Amino acid sequence: MEFTSVLFYVFGFCFVVSAALMVTARNTMKAAMLLILSFFSAASIWLLLEAEFLAVTLILVYVGAVMVLFLFVIKMLDVDQSTLRAKFTKYLPLGIVVAAIVIAQMALVLSAGQFGLDVVAEPARHAADYSNITELANVLYTAYVYPFELAAVLLLIAIIAAITLVHRKGSRSKKQDVSEQVNVQAKDRMRIVSIPSGKRKESK
Amino acid sequence: MWQAFVDLIHQLIPWFDGGLADVVIILIKGVALILPLIIMMAYMTYAERKVIGYMQLRIGPNRVGPLGLLQPFADVFKMMFKEIIFPSKANIYLFLLAPILAFVPAVAIWAVIPMGEGFYITDLDVSLLYVLAIGSVGVYGIILAGWASNSKYPLLGALRSASMLVSYEIVIGFVVVTVVMIAGSVNLNTIVSDQSGGIWNWYWIPLFPMMIVFWISALAETNRAPFDVVEGESEIVGGTHVEYSGMCFALFFMAEYINMIMMAALAVLMFFGGWHSPFEGVPYLEAWFAFVPDIMWLLAKMSFFLFLYLWIRATFPRYRYDQIMRLCWKVFLPLTIIWIFAVALMTQLEIGPWF
Repeated sequence: MEFTSVLFYVFGFCFVVSAALMVTARNTMKAAMLLILSFFSAASIWLLLEAEFLAVTLILVYVGAVMVLFLFVIKMLDVDQSTLRAKFTKYLPLGIVVAAIVIAQMALVLSAGQFGLDVVAEPARHAADYSNITELANVLYTAYVYPFELAAVLLLIAIIAAITLVHRKGSRSKKQDVSEQVNVQAKDRMRIVSIPSGKRKESK
Repeated sequence: MWQAFVDLIHQLIPWFDGGLADVVIILIKGVALILPLIIMMAYMTYAERKVIGYMQLRIGPNRVGPLGLLQPFADVFKMMFKEIIFPSKANIYLFLLAPILAFVPAVAIWAVIPMGEGFYITDLDVSLLYVLAIGSVGVYGIILAGWASNSKYPLLGALRSASMLVSYEIVIGFVVVTVVMIAGSVNLNTIVSDQSGGIWNWYWIPLFPMMIVFWISALAETNRAPFDVVEGESEIVGGTHVEYSGMCFALFFMAEYINMIMMAALAVLMFFGGWHSPFEGVPYLEAWFAFVPDIMWLLAKMSFFLFLYLWIRATFPRYRYDQIMRLCWKVFLPLTIIWIFAVALMTQLEIGPWF
């Protein structure tokens, strides 16, 4: 057995176990950390497949950015475990139906007839100087440049839409003008009033 | 010599088609890299106390050993023998995971940092992206430490520090894009070899504003003053470190300093010609300094940047949190985006000697 096969089974085991534990974990923070572990395992398997750009991008985007924001939300929200449990039985039938449909679809696509060495030839190993990122860039910026740009514009529109949805003028906005804060003078904030001292009343 | 050693290991460990022997060799290389790194980190703390001491007209540590040179070892032994205290309602697993998640990425980045011509552990094709990706994992140490401590100040420190790290990562990403556009590669080895041929070929001249932006963002990424909102001693006691003691705290501390050394190395590799001598192409000087090994130039340039860290810490007051965010999103981000377009145009039209 080659050592890369050992590595593949180790990463695959980590991937499956962490994904399963992520679903069953009771603590949301632990579930998020297990999801991160499964991302890492997936990235490692991609590295074994000579797709180092995709692997690094998975870590950079999902582990480095998306999951950080996820943890932010988990931290800020006070998730009450008991209410989550209470609705479990209510949503169970619908959940089972959805899960069954997803499993059926995946079985159709990923069944043994579609993959395997008899259907798809074994991918050729590349030489040590093969650059995955150069190949990817050549395809992405020549043959697929318009779909690529279209995806970028779509993402931009999504960002603008999300900001306009959340951004409201008025009560919740606490905007600060830093230049105004820095350039503030004492006379803007403070009024020196000279009050003439009153005459003392003579006691009778 | 090295090849004979590699062959010996392969004979001793024949399992898995020699794959296990390769892993052992990588581990030996890793130890050979990490040990000097930890000693560098230990003397960085000594340098910090000395430099800031002299800047503030004090002497700094001077009791342990001559000139206080053994002070880092005294600190290490003190940390190792201190008790690790667990907060009573903390989540123990995540509480212990946090310092590990801070330390491991800091060390793992060094797998791809080249130290000299052909002197590296891994020549990964996407090494610069790898540095960014693994560097962004380090933020989990802070987030988890803040959450798992079950304490108020750590949570506050973690919240504001994590949002700062995520924001400045974007700026660093954009700066890296400009470097990659000029070099035409994301491989750190290629980026450095593209800067060969004297000080005028280094990228700090065509990318001068990006260099400044990168360095300020590097200060923020490593949680150093004036961006040390995670600790903020005068505001939130010690931030995420409040509940940590002994070796747990030491791991956070080591991660911070190793990240500082990494950022200094990255700045040198991307903008200051890496291991190339500044006298390349200069008559006489080049011949006189020909005996200097290339790693010494890298270390010398890195030392300057590490000194800059201490200089800045001794000089500037801490930023207010909203001003940190304003600097990132409203100043640096537009600047970097404009400069990306400028560099793209200049590379495409081949304006200037560098593009």
